Amino acid sequence: MVFPVEKIRADFPILSTRVYNKPLVYFDNAATTQKPLQVIRAITEYYEKENCNIHRGVHFLSVRATEAYEDARCVIRDFIHAKSCHEIIFTRGTTESINLVAASFGKQFIHEGDEVITSVMEHHSNFVPWQQMCLERKATLKFIPLLEDGSLDMDAYREMITPNTRLVAVTHISNVLGTINPVNEIIALAHQHNIPVLIDGAQAVAHMNVDVQEMDADFYCFSGHKMYAPMGIGILYGKERWLEQMPPYQMGGEMIKEVFFTHTTFNELPFKFEAGTPNVEGAMGVRTAIRYLGETGMDRIDAYEKELLGYATQRLLEIDGIQLYGTAPHKASLISFLMNNIHPYDAGMIIDKLGIAVRTGHLCAQPLMEYLKIPGTIRASFAFYNTNEEIDRLVEAVKKAKEMLL
Amino acid sequence: MTIPEIESQIISEFSLFEDWMDKYNYLIELGKSLPLMDPHYKTDQYLISGCQSQVWLQAEYRDGKVFFTADSDAIITRGIVNLLIRVFTDQSPRDILDAGLAFLEQTGLREHLSPTRSNGLNAMIKQMKLYALVFQQKYEGKS
Repeated sequence: MVFPVEKIRADFPILSTRVYNKPLVYFDNAATTQKPLQVIRAITEYYEKENCNIHRGVHFLSVRATEAYEDARCVIRDFIHAKSCHEIIFTRGTTESINLVAASFGKQFIHEGDEVITSVMEHHSNFVPWQQMCLERKATLKFIPLLEDGSLDMDAYREMITPNTRLVAVTHISNVLGTINPVNEIIALAHQHNIPVLIDGAQAVAHMNVDVQEMDADFYCFSGHKMYAPMGIGILYGKERWLEQMPPYQMGGEMIKEVFFTHTTFNELPFKFEAGTPNVEGAMGVRTAIRYLGETGMDRIDAYEKELLGYATQRLLEIDGIQLYGTAPHKASLISFLMNNIHPYDAGMIIDKLGIAVRTGHLCAQPLMEYLKIPGTIRASFAFYNTNEEIDRLVEAVKKAKEMLL
Repeated sequence: MTIPEIESQIISEFSLFEDWMDKYNYLIELGKSLPLMDPHYKTDQYLISGCQSQVWLQAEYRDGKVFFTADSDAIITRGIVNLLIRVFTDQSPRDILDAGLAFLEQTGLREHLSPTRSNGLNAMIKQMKLYALVFQQKYEGKS
């Protein structure tokens, strides 16, 4: 069955935008995805029909909004195949989810001399929180190195685990290299030593089936805005047994059970970690985006995006002087490259003027760029609404940029 | 030539171009023709923060005038910095500090640089004016 890309494109109003008098080609999906009308309408409808502060009132609207919010939580549980709805914590995004674990888990479990393992390919959001927490707690942060093709060096990882290792935090998919990491194996190895593992799933959830129980992740973090839902909402999945042992991250609002002048008792999961008025419209958006993905079919999306990646890789390699970064056998639908000795910003400016949105620069992974000894890359990241014709336009733009800049 | 005279010259040069690709081609040419900077200055001390590509800027004061040299690892940035040097070099600190730089708007340069580039442009201008201010205070006794 042919993938219904034209039908999908019609659901995304922004895709018909013209930039510099040319039809927009949007290849910056790893930074944020566009939103379908269904999601945009869900947010509008929430404000038109349901808006209310939740968990607080007994009146009709409050009950309805609370039910919708809690329903969203359970829709998310089903989406990532978690065990319980209360293992789904709403946050502002992947970054906040990771900060929550770094602060709370760190406070409870990381002490002087302990070790945390991450990798050199991490986005700053799965890097700086650990670095700062380790500095603060006099712990050591260790980095899994890479193989030539941009895969994690699993042998090095195996040897890195010591009796002092308290946590492993790695990304599911590299936002620069596209590598899909062997998370099952990473987690299984850590679990042999009873070490919990956090997976940064920001680049994964919109592009492949994610089953947190099957992979046995202890924490799994992702953002709404990278999966066709609004900005400002994210999810922290955590196994109940870890979340129960962790202290609250922020104080105030519905995270309390009882407040006295001298002390406070805290609410149960998931509310313990949800201080302040939550982003209900965001949760409505995520719920609708998940339905949209489900109706399209994650397996079909995955297969179609792999086709796009294959075509883009083949076409870009036709250009002399193209160097790809990230050639692992298991790759998500994004492609990072440089050509000749052209600075990525120069190429990015020309490509932009031809109506194509790509990301250029360090891509929020400065340690990785330092590791690869490059100033940054040009990254085209695809979504299920992109087409081969758009890839052809990118190839023409890259050729044009090369012609002008060489 | 005074700063406003150089600015009008640049504006008329840019008015010859029909589209932005031509303007970029011109900036690329300017980038290629930027005089080489003494590698001695390509250190963190001369690096301008706030630019997305690396930009090094150095200045000297001779006979009441400021002279700039610069470099960048990105060619279009080199072109932009070349234009700024053309406007500011061999001018007095006072004139540099007073310059409004309307040419950036009139050529569309500011508008057509992405916000991150535009921040970089602002950072370069700020650094050049800062040099002028320091020289003015140091050599001309004004504060």
